[in-house]
This record gives sequence, C-alpha cells and structure tokens, in this order.
Amino acid sequence: MSNNLPMMGDLGGQGLFAVEEATLSERAEKNEPLGFLFWLCVGWIGLNVVGAILANVLPLQNPLFEDYNAINVGPGLHHLFGTDDLGRDIFARVVYGSRVSIAVGVGAMIIGFGIGAPLGMLAAYRRGRFDTALTTFMYVLLAFPAIIATIAVLSFWTPRALTKIIIVIGLASVPLVYRVIRTATLNVATKDYIIAAKVQGATDRRILLKELLPNIAPIAVSFLLIGIATVITLEGALAFLGLSVNPPTPSWGNMINEARTVLAQNPWLVIFPSLALCLFLLCLNFIGDRLRTHFDVTEVKL
Amino acid sequence: MRWLLSLGVLGGSVVKYAARRLVMLIGIVFVISVGSFYLIHLLPGDPAVVILGTGATPLAKAHLFAQLGLDKPVYLQYFTWIGNVIRGNMGTSFISQSSVAATIRAALPIDVEIIVLSQILAFLVAIPMAMRSARKPDGVLDRTLGAGSFTLLSVPPFIIIVLLVLFVSIKLGIPHTGPSSYVTLASDPLGNLESLALPSITLAVGSFVVYYRVLRSDLIATLQEEFITMARSKGLSHRRIMWRHAFRPSSVALLGAASVNIGGLLASGFVVQYLLAIPGLGYTLIAAINTSDYLLVQGIVLTVSVGVVVINFLFDFIINLVDPRISRE
Repeated sequence: MSNNLPMMGDLGGQGLFAVEEATLSERAEKNEPLGFLFWLCVGWIGLNVVGAILANVLPLQNPLFEDYNAINVGPGLHHLFGTDDLGRDIFARVVYGSRVSIAVGVGAMIIGFGIGAPLGMLAAYRRGRFDTALTTFMYVLLAFPAIIATIAVLSFWTPRALTKIIIVIGLASVPLVYRVIRTATLNVATKDYIIAAKVQGATDRRILLKELLPNIAPIAVSFLLIGIATVITLEGALAFLGLSVNPPTPSWGNMINEARTVLAQNPWLVIFPSLALCLFLLCLNFIGDRLRTHFDVTEVKL
Repeated sequence: MRWLLSLGVLGGSVVKYAARRLVMLIGIVFVISVGSFYLIHLLPGDPAVVILGTGATPLAKAHLFAQLGLDKPVYLQYFTWIGNVIRGNMGTSFISQSSVAATIRAALPIDVEIIVLSQILAFLVAIPMAMRSARKPDGVLDRTLGAGSFTLLSVPPFIIIVLLVLFVSIKLGIPHTGPSSYVTLASDPLGNLESLALPSITLAVGSFVVYYRVLRSDLIATLQEEFITMARSKGLSHRRIMWRHAFRPSSVALLGAASVNIGGLLASGFVVQYLLAIPGLGYTLIAAINTSDYLLVQGIVLTVSVGVVVINFLFDFIINLVDPRISRE
C-alpha cells in the first residue's frame, strides 16, 4: 500500500495523524521528562471526568430548568457562564454535556479496541492466510469514508440514542485500530526474544499476553488517547448536524447547534461549549503526543 | 513530462500495480453499493410504510414496490436496484417527487467548488510555511508554527465556521457570508465567491494543519539525503534546491495526505453547508434525513462514498507516476 498515511482524518473530519504506523524503537531508555504541560493536561482531563461523573452530586443548577426571567443573560455571579435562549444555566449544561462526549469517546474506543486490537495482534502473530484475508477485508472497510458511513447508518437507524451512536462509531473505528495494532505487533513479533520464547515452548497465549502485549502497550495507549479525541470530534460533528443525542439532553455538540440560531444575540452560548470541547481535545492530543515521544515511538513507513 | 518517460521505462510494474488496485477498487465499490442498498433494511418495520408513511395510497405503494422490487428476495432487489443505479436512475423521491439523480447533480458542483477553493488556499499557505519551517527545524518560526498547528488540530470544523460567522458576518457585517445568504455562481460570480469564502476558509484551515505537518516532517527527512548535500556542494541556490530537489520527493507525502483528507473534507463541507444553508450535498443530505427522504439519503451516501474511493484511487495512481518506486515494492 502506498497509502501508509494516517486515516484518522477520515474518521474525525479533521486530520489527526499523530500515531499511525508506529513502532517502538530499540532505544527506549532516552526518555524525555513529561513536563509541566503534560501534567496540566492530565489534570484538566481528570477534572472533566470527575465533573462528568459527579455532575448529579455537585452543587450545579438543573441543566434542563428553564428560567424565563433570565433569558440570554451574560456571564455573572448567579449564572457563571450566563444562560441560553430558554433561560437554562450554560455552566451546568457544559458540565453535563461532557458526559455525552466522554461516554462516546470511551465507549466507542472500548468497542474499537475490544475487537480491533485482539484481531490485529492475532493476525500479525499468526500471519499466513488468516492475516492476508483479514487485512484485505479491513482495508476494504477502511476505504469506506467512516464519517459518511456513520451519518448514513445513524440517519436510518432511528430513533437515535447514545448506545447506538457508541456502537456505530465504535464499529467504524475497528479497521483503524486493527491496522495500527497489527503494524505495531508485526514489528515486535519478529524480535529475538519472541523467537526465544517460542523455542522455550511458551504457549501462543503466553507469548501474546506476556511478551507481545506489554511491548505494544505504549503505542496502543497513545493511539487510544488520540482515538478518543477523534471520536469525540466526530460525535461533536454529528451532534452539530442534529444526528446525535436528542435535545434537551445537553452535549457540547448540540449546544453549539442550538446556539447557531441565536448567534447574534448571545455569543456566549457558542463560546463556552466550544472552549470546553477544544480544551478537552487539545489536552487529549497533547497527552497522546507526549506519551508517544516519551516512549520514543517513531513513525516508520511500511 | 519526465513522469511519462518513467512510465515507459517502468511501464510493466506501474500497469500491473494499477491493475491490482483497479480490482480492489471494484471490490470496494461493490461493498459500498451493498452497504448503501442495505441501509433501507435498517429501517424498523416495513420499508414501504416507513418510506411512504401510514397513509399511503395503494397506487404509491405499488409504485414503490415496483421501483425497489420489494416483493422479491433481497438479493434480487439488490440487482434491480444496482441495475437502475448504473443506468443513472436512483429512483424518484416520494417526498419531493423529484428525481434523486437530478437533485444530486444540482447539489454536487457546490461541494466541488468549496473543496477546490479550500485546497488552493491550503496549499498556497502550507507549502511555503512548511519550507520555511524545514529550513531551520526547531527554530523560533518552526516551534511557533508547530504549536499553532497542533492547537488548530484540536479545533473541529464546526467550531471554526461558527466562530467565523460570529466575527466576520455578524460583528463585521460582511455581506453574503452569513447563514441563508448563498448566491449562485450563475447569477453573480463575485457574490458566489463571497458566500463561499467562509466555507472554503474553514476547510482550508483543517487541510492546512495536515499538509503543513506532513510536508514539514517529510522535507526535514528529505533535506538529510545525500542528493541534497550534492546539490548544495554544486552551489545551487537554496530556492532551487527546495523546489527542484526537495519538494518533488516530498510532494508524494503531500499527495498522500490530500488523498486521505478527501473524506474529511466532504464531511466538513456538510457541517459548513448545514450552518450557512448552502444547498450543496451536505445541506441536501441533512434536509433529507430530517424529512425522512430515505431514497435521497441513500443516493447521496452512495454518490459520496463512491466518489471518495474513486478519488483516492486516482490519487494513488498519480502518486505512482510521481514516485514509481512505490509500485515496485
């Protein structure tokens, strides 16, 4: 394949091409320190996740409560981020909105990695006809523009719900995960220590889990983070088009969608969810990218 | 011209490679067509009821059954459908009573125009910037552009367009740039350009980030090659080395990035058209989804998916002409 360039862009609508045909280089010892920004990003992601989980318990206003005495109010003490055109508290909606993004990001990647990673490892380890058939099949699926396939399936598979969105996006990411994991495994599987383990009579199961898995884990983790960011972008785009969770449930994407009709009257309504989404994505991408350089994962051509 | 010459010399391998890719292309198009066809069957319940509504007349129902061959087994339905599609007949919408193929033909040029404009913009900015960056890797400019492009990578197109509309059309009040102010190319070419400016810029930003990063890292690698040292020692100017010696091998990476980018561009185009009510394929698609115009959705999905795959195939072929080493692998 000449097309050994990243395919993440196709899934996300924007090109995220950080981790693609990645392998661990031999010299993993020259680890660069992770740095302050890295931990700041980890902290921000942690804060968002805690906020999403504890949204019910936190002293937030009801994100669905419509206060007709406070419509399109700017940011202030009573409403930290102001209110929307129905008088709902934007801060509460941004915090609750993170739930959808995080659930889709994590859920879809669980499906994607749950199916794609074992298949990719197995194909690279077994080689032969199984590998050829599976890889050809995955390349055919990869050629299908993922975002268009996602829109297509979601537009027919009604009524739309969070679980369906997670399943559709998760399945769409399988070929991508397969490709990355297969390439990563392929580079490890020919190493001497794997051959040594085979000679010693280790079972396939032991080699896959104890020898291969720990060695491809760094690649998998940094790809996982960037994958989550890509999936969240995709969900945001779907929500913006009105194809994700139904209102009034807030999500960052559908808040931006609702804001577009009152853009002139209340710009805060679009600015806060946009900021929340972009910061979250930036932190995920940054952590993924840093981990990649930290573990000295270099991009190689096929 | 030299490419054509190399095609003659390496003719065998390039043709063989192209043939293998063509077989794969046909396979992929087949899978896409089956997928698009099967979409209708994802609908819960009787497709006739879902497509036509419960109050459909027997005549309309008979018409639908004839059009989709719904009374036959599924695989026969597929052959009826694909036979019609190949003859350019994607059916008649039961919502608007107009031909699906005609609707798509009217909308498609707008998408093409936005994408072409955005790509011109993106290349115009990304190529010189990447060359500047690659000249002094880790210099001030390179670091600034690196951080800037990394940040932009995390800004989805739907946020870029909303912010652009907020500042350019609402705050600055520039005409034809806001929602529902699309001007057709035929009625007023300049106004048309104005109304497609924000969409093109949005798509260009997303592409620029990718192209800049890909070309920069590839150029840095290329500049380490011995033939560059050779060119330098011959005393060639920096400009000439960059354009004639470094850019051509690196342009392969750029073309590859552009090829992969096509699907994302179309999707970004959908988002932009939706916000601004520009009647391209994306706007038509979302409108069709909201009015349950399933045949139109199916037609657009098929057209767009096949379009992306064919464009990728053509790019692959062009890349082979630029760098024949690939097909010999």
